[in-house]
Amino acid sequence: MTFQLLCFYAFAAVTTLAALGVITLRNSVHAVLCLVLTFFSTAAIWLLAEAEFLAVALVVVYVGAVMVLFLFVVMMLDIKQEPLREGFIRYLPVGIAVAAVMLAEMLALIGVRAMAQVPAPANPAGDSNIAWLGETLFTRFLLPFEIAALILTVGIIAAVALTLRRREGVRHQDPARQVAVDPRTRVRVVKMAAERGQEPAA
Amino acid sequence: MHADLLLAAWTLAKILAISVPLIIAVAMYSYWERKVIGWMHVRMGPNKIGPWGLLQAFADVFKLLFKEIVVPANADKPLFYLAPVLAVAPAFAAWAVIPFDQGVVLANLNVGLLYLLAMTSMGVYGIILAGWASNSRYALLGAMRSAAQVVSYEIAMGMALVCVLVLAGSLNLTDIVNAQAGGKGLLDWFWLPLLPVFVIYFVAGVAETNRAPFDVAEGESEIVAGFHVEYSGSAFAVFFLAEYANMILISFLASVMFLGGWLSPFPASWGLIGQGSWIWLFAKAFAFAFMYLWFRATFPRYRYDQIMRLGWKVFIPITIVWVLVAGCMKYFGWITAGA
Amino acid sequence: MPTLNDILTLLPELYLTGAVCMLLLIDVFLQADQRWVTHWLAVLVLAVTGWLVVSGQPTAPTTAFGGMFVRDGVAEVLKVFALLASGIVLVLSRPYLRDRELHLGEFYTLILFATLGIMLLVSAGSLVMIYLGLELLTLSSYALVALNRDSRLSSEAAIKYFVLGALASGMLLYGMSMIYGATGTLDLGSIRAASATSAHPTLLLFGLVFLIVGIGFKFGAAPFHMWLPDVYQGAPTAVTTFIGSAPKLAAFGMAYRLLDSGMGGLLVHWQEMLAVLAVLSLAIGNIVAIAQKNLKRMLAYSTISHMGYLFLGLANGTPAGYSAAMFYAICYALMATASFGIILALARTGFEAEEIADLKGLNQRSPWFAGLMALAMFSLAGVPPLFGFFAKVLVLKAAIDAGMLWLAIVAILAAIVGLYYYLQVVKVMYFDKPEGEPLRAQVDPSLRVVLSANALALLVLGLWWGPLLAWCQRAFAG
Repeated sequence: MTFQLLCFYAFAAVTTLAALGVITLRNSVHAVLCLVLTFFSTAAIWLLAEAEFLAVALVVVYVGAVMVLFLFVVMMLDIKQEPLREGFIRYLPVGIAVAAVMLAEMLALIGVRAMAQVPAPANPAGDSNIAWLGETLFTRFLLPFEIAALILTVGIIAAVALTLRRREGVRHQDPARQVAVDPRTRVRVVKMAAERGQEPAA
Repeated sequence: MHADLLLAAWTLAKILAISVPLIIAVAMYSYWERKVIGWMHVRMGPNKIGPWGLLQAFADVFKLLFKEIVVPANADKPLFYLAPVLAVAPAFAAWAVIPFDQGVVLANLNVGLLYLLAMTSMGVYGIILAGWASNSRYALLGAMRSAAQVVSYEIAMGMALVCVLVLAGSLNLTDIVNAQAGGKGLLDWFWLPLLPVFVIYFVAGVAETNRAPFDVAEGESEIVAGFHVEYSGSAFAVFFLAEYANMILISFLASVMFLGGWLSPFPASWGLIGQGSWIWLFAKAFAFAFMYLWFRATFPRYRYDQIMRLGWKVFIPITIVWVLVAGCMKYFGWITAGA
Repeated sequence: MPTLNDILTLLPELYLTGAVCMLLLIDVFLQADQRWVTHWLAVLVLAVTGWLVVSGQPTAPTTAFGGMFVRDGVAEVLKVFALLASGIVLVLSRPYLRDRELHLGEFYTLILFATLGIMLLVSAGSLVMIYLGLELLTLSSYALVALNRDSRLSSEAAIKYFVLGALASGMLLYGMSMIYGATGTLDLGSIRAASATSAHPTLLLFGLVFLIVGIGFKFGAAPFHMWLPDVYQGAPTAVTTFIGSAPKLAAFGMAYRLLDSGMGGLLVHWQEMLAVLAVLSLAIGNIVAIAQKNLKRMLAYSTISHMGYLFLGLANGTPAGYSAAMFYAICYALMATASFGIILALARTGFEAEEIADLKGLNQRSPWFAGLMALAMFSLAGVPPLFGFFAKVLVLKAAIDAGMLWLAIVAILAAIVGLYYYLQVVKVMYFDKPEGEPLRAQVDPSLRVVLSANALALLVLGLWWGPLLAWCQRAFAG
């Protein structure tokens, strides 16, 4: 057993345990953190498979941004655990039965051995796949790449359309107007004749 | 197996060779900060412990280590202890790819730049978890602010680094430094073609480390100390360590990405002072680290919405435009990397 | 790098992309009462795109971007009718949206992006393109369904649509990954070539099962139809009109590309699966529709049954069958815009006109609209001599030709059951006494013209179907 294989088993075990934690932990913040750990150890496995770019991108995008916002949301939500559990327990036997049947069918149909026969794809890029990946994305897969960008645009438009509300009666600070204030409109200098008090009685 | 063990031991030694000096540097940096800000305020700064107050930082460290860690009632205890570790781990891990000199680097990764982005983006977990696990409203407010801020500025920072990547044509930090080499010294470095992005990178770096004038996550005048309000003793010390290690890291990164790393600012023809050396890198990083302190002594704190506006409406558009400009420079051959 | 030829092949899509972005920017500078500019610009953009599609159509099928994009007769027909349906939807929805303060620029942008998704989907030459086109279409649709933010029903529908849609996409991707694993290529043509000699036929077959599940979800065919009634009912009627019409053409395009272009070698396998889906859809759609009180919900179940008919044509697996199915998809899209269009025309502020009972005595109030609705209903039911009748005959013939006589018999029985609930609507309109507030139809002239033309087209095309059928058959002949 090589060192690399040992690492793989360690990371795979962590991934599986963390993934289990995601669906079993009662505290939703803990569950989200488990999901982060799942992503992170998955990235480690990909690193072992020499998919450096995918691994780091997974960490940057999912761990660094998506999950942070997700954690943010989960922390703000006051999720009551118990009602969720009730449904979970009730449907658990059905779920397990379906999952077991599916697993059995898939194993029987595909067969673990058949999967093992699929040859590992050739590594067209050698050790470093970033340059190769970039070049492929912008040549062979240019069209899908650009369409993915369009999908993201739609995502932004949808987010704006669904969340932007123009509220009435919100006060805004407008620095330009503040600067342009003319003192004469704010302060009125009034000339008044000095008032004479009553002469003290002599 | 024997060779594996040897390799592991050698790597461990290299890690220690980076992290121990880093910890000492953090201690001295905190001393230097108080001294510099003191001078700027026309005060003396620490001057009692040791010659010129030099041992002040160590006195503070020992004080913190011997203090009790108070865990607030109803705090999430495991996460409360995990948070400082999550804050400090990425701050140290990022140093693995920093090249100090030609070939002097712990891990010469081909994806070094991305690795750095990944590591700096993970530091936010420590802050968020600290805020949440403390079971304190101030801490949670600080955590929220910090999360929003770090995620926003990460984009500007990432786009700024994309410009560097476009010009250098590599994600490997050593290659990036070498791409800035040339006969003309500092005129060959990337700060010149990427001037707006260079400024944005450093400012975003200041925001990313939650330092003044972007330190709303601490905001001692409104939310007392933000995310670490409930931390004391060594747990607080670890947060402190993470923050300062990150500041030094950003200083080194700005030097590597835009100021030619270990390269000399003078033309190569000038003999000895024209040669690259780790001393140059440290001098450049020191200058950036000094600017951190200078900012703190000079600028009033931004308001929260102003920070968000600056990040989203100013920095991100400029960096996106400059990616295009950098692409043009590269495409039309105005800039050739590594002459 | 893309060549000039690539760009010319993709010109309609590129034009649409650019135009949508421009429209998005123009709309930002418009006041709410100037939205008619966005509206007519959007219609114009669709028209120009349609012209570009037809005028630039190459004589022989052309591919661009290394086989990612295919421009052939099938794509042309589907694109033209998808653009037509989207245009009709835009014109029909304007008064409805205006009454409900939903007349947002984003509605137009999202519809146009969804249409772009349809165009890319029906032209896909690779698994990646199918997935991305589909996502562009569905992501826009999710947002459109949720557009009425203050309605609980609408938000619920959007969430259901999103969750089940994501599940369907997951299934589809899972199937695609298996197919990639078995053949080692993403290109549909290469997959077809490789599927015959694949060393992993079971893996390929498994991928096919997941593909069919994904297709079933997107079509809304039973037993994957759960989302459809809720989404149809919950979405603003304008949006329902859209997702009920143009995306059905896309679904046909996707099924054709995946099953014939990609998995044509496994015809015998997917033929059976489609037959099962068809029977279930016909039965569930037609029987459950009888019990519906809500018109939009009833039309949703009617959609499910119509997808069953469409599968009859697809399952045939020959060009004749495909052209019958495409003919049916076009027919259904036009019937959907007409029938939902009537609901749009009758709805007004604070009144949705979406219960069947709301149509009581429509004939006395507005005989013209009652007549149009009757046309749409008869066509949906498949009564001669309308468009729907002829489309049904074609798919039934395709099923019989494929040797699935039993399936054709089931379909005819289902049609007879379906007749009941379509005629129910007609009965309510013509023989029931009006109740409550009198119905007033929208007076918007463009809506009246387009809706009338759309409904009358069902009659005209029913009598004069030759050219359209010939066009469909020509598309598959090459």
